[in-house]
Amino acid sequence: MTEVALPRHLLGIAGLDRAAIVELLSLAASFSEVAERPIPKVPALRGKTVATVFFEPSTRTRLSFESAARRLSADTMTFTAATSSVTKGESLRDTVETIEAMGVDALVVRHRAAGAPALVARWVTASVVNAGDGAHEHPTQALLDCYTILEALAPPGAELPGGGDCSGLSIGIVGDVAHSRVARSCALAFEALGAAVTLVGPRTLLPPSLEGWPVAVASDLDAVLGELDVVYLLRLQTERMRQARLPSLEEYRERFGLTEGRARRLRPGALVLHPGPMNRGVEIDASVASEHATLVTRQVRNGVPTRMAVLFRLLGGAR
Amino acid sequence: MSPVGSAVGAGGRGTGTVLVRGGTVVDPGGPPAGRRADVLVEDGRIVAVTDGLEVPPGALVLDAGGCLVGPGLVDLHTHLRQPGGEAAETVATGARAAALGGYTAVVAMPNTTPAIDTASVARDVLALGRPATCQVAVAGAITVGRAGERLAPLGELAAIGVRLFTDDGRGVQDGGLMRRALEYGRDLGVVLAEHCEDEALAAGGAMHEGAWSSRLGIAGQPSLAEEAMAARDIGLARLTGARLHLLHLSTAASLALVAAAKAEGLPVTCEVTPHHLSLTDAEVASFDARFRVNPPLRAADDVAAARRACTDGVVDALATDHAPHPVEAKEAPFEEAPPGMLGLETALSVAFSVLCRGDGPTLSPAALFGLCAARPAAIAGLDADGQGGPLQPGAVAHLCVFDPDETWTVSGAESASRSRNTPYEGRTLTGRVRHTLYRGEVVVRDARAQR
Repeated sequence: MTEVALPRHLLGIAGLDRAAIVELLSLAASFSEVAERPIPKVPALRGKTVATVFFEPSTRTRLSFESAARRLSADTMTFTAATSSVTKGESLRDTVETIEAMGVDALVVRHRAAGAPALVARWVTASVVNAGDGAHEHPTQALLDCYTILEALAPPGAELPGGGDCSGLSIGIVGDVAHSRVARSCALAFEALGAAVTLVGPRTLLPPSLEGWPVAVASDLDAVLGELDVVYLLRLQTERMRQARLPSLEEYRERFGLTEGRARRLRPGALVLHPGPMNRGVEIDASVASEHATLVTRQVRNGVPTRMAVLFRLLGGAR
Repeated sequence: MSPVGSAVGAGGRGTGTVLVRGGTVVDPGGPPAGRRADVLVEDGRIVAVTDGLEVPPGALVLDAGGCLVGPGLVDLHTHLRQPGGEAAETVATGARAAALGGYTAVVAMPNTTPAIDTASVARDVLALGRPATCQVAVAGAITVGRAGERLAPLGELAAIGVRLFTDDGRGVQDGGLMRRALEYGRDLGVVLAEHCEDEALAAGGAMHEGAWSSRLGIAGQPSLAEEAMAARDIGLARLTGARLHLLHLSTAASLALVAAAKAEGLPVTCEVTPHHLSLTDAEVASFDARFRVNPPLRAADDVAAARRACTDGVVDALATDHAPHPVEAKEAPFEEAPPGMLGLETALSVAFSVLCRGDGPTLSPAALFGLCAARPAAIAGLDADGQGGPLQPGAVAHLCVFDPDETWTVSGAESASRSRNTPYEGRTLTGRVRHTLYRGEVVVRDARAQR
């Protein structure tokens, strides 16, 4: 396999081309086998240290990165804002420079503000992985979602399921796109792999401008539901009602929820994904969630090899 | 009485004789490209403006070869941060930055801590300005504490010479209150200046709402947040007949509203900033908080419209909105950093590049000095102190000597400001202020502050 140049950091899907994404997914495929071993570890990053630096609460993403680092035999350090001197007013720059001074090779950064990992990358010499920044990007989520979709649609045993090709697939991203870093990263990644992406939601939850976005837009889920191969549901934050973006959760469910009625009208074999955590009864009915739970669990499971691939590519692979 | 900020009345302060030799004098109202003339200054006043003057014995000769020699610039919109924000700027450091940018007068904005909403705070700032390297006038707040609830003592402030009132940093959200402020201010002969931002429409957006905000996932504020308040206030100027000045307009539609208001004969003036003439919201893709400013950097169409509004005569003044913030405040993520950027030291270079040498319609040097000196001096009432020109014998010697061909690289660390948040960091600009004379004193010589 040819090596594709990747920058020192992974700050977003924007800037990655199809070849770079496919390379990461191929690496993820090769690492997914590690989990099946009696001792699920490879020595690829022995002697390296990965710090997860989370200024916003998140359990699953942090654990997924730490698990990925350990399976590569890297040492890990954990920093969370709630238990740190950030609460004493320490600046972002001071915080990350202090952590780097302890000797780390990669900083996995989550922050409530867009662009924070990009700033960190300017201040430190370590590699930086964006683990979610404001409403900007969440690139490893998009990669693991690509992986999950390819895996679900391809026959088992392929080195990279589907060869990394999503062309011909119609993917709908439904819900609060405006405030979703997952939606931004996924739209870019799905499109890069050849899928046709449709954003579905009320105008109040879509970005004000879609100039330059490789997507179609629909305000009526029912009008497009039957054409979708993949329905990607976004989590709805309850504060959207206070901002007058929605009248009520009930009305959202009526118009955009994957209700039992809508689930019956899905294409045969259509996939339902959700980045979690789910609001059952809002963006998805509880029974529908249970029916499609396997795939959502696959998303979580695939997070580990995908993040292994990213860490390995940044810290261990040829540059 | 002498307008506010004048320390020595109509007299000059500099002593001795200075000959500014070999330049092209550009006077608002003079020949558009200027005329070859030396300027002789004695004891703070201009005594001759003639080509080929002899060097008087003992005179300091300042080389102005290749330079434009115009009136000292006047900034209607400067945040000096004192009192309360001394970590970012002081009157002294801001005035030094102003002098380096060719300014001989600035109007200090009232969003200090405490706000300039009483005569006592205004007097404090004026006192700090008296020994400074440029004239420091103040703008008073429209409402107490800039809270938008009750009228500040406009009469008390007007009585000590304050001519401009604004809650800048915020717009007056309550249209009924703004109406009363305009009516009350009209009797006092003062100018009410609005920071046009409807906060409900802006909804806390940290940048211009458009393609870039959508892509970057940063909440934007729509152009309409500015335009709606500009439209409201123009309507209020029509209703009340009061003088209205619109601060830092940044959108094509806002400027079209002003053009229509002027065509109608309403007493409305407006300013634009050099950064809105030169930078777009695409800069925010760097996530560098130095590009966070209010109103936000707009789309390329707005930048083009702002330039056109300058060449079409819709814009009355260029104003810097010089807004220093400490390094640590601007090292934060974009959405968490305060808005504002330095402007005094780069304003004329940027304005000259985009307006006199840009791709589109261009301004003559004389017209540019009109926007940077004569018109703002008149709006702020500082023409009575000899600010804004014209350069003629007997006038107080406020001079800006600008070399339009010198190239220099901007460095926040080398700024005279206490802050470093210039949006032009590392960029090479063409055109630089070589000398500045304030009341005959050479405060900047060869682009270096003299004190």
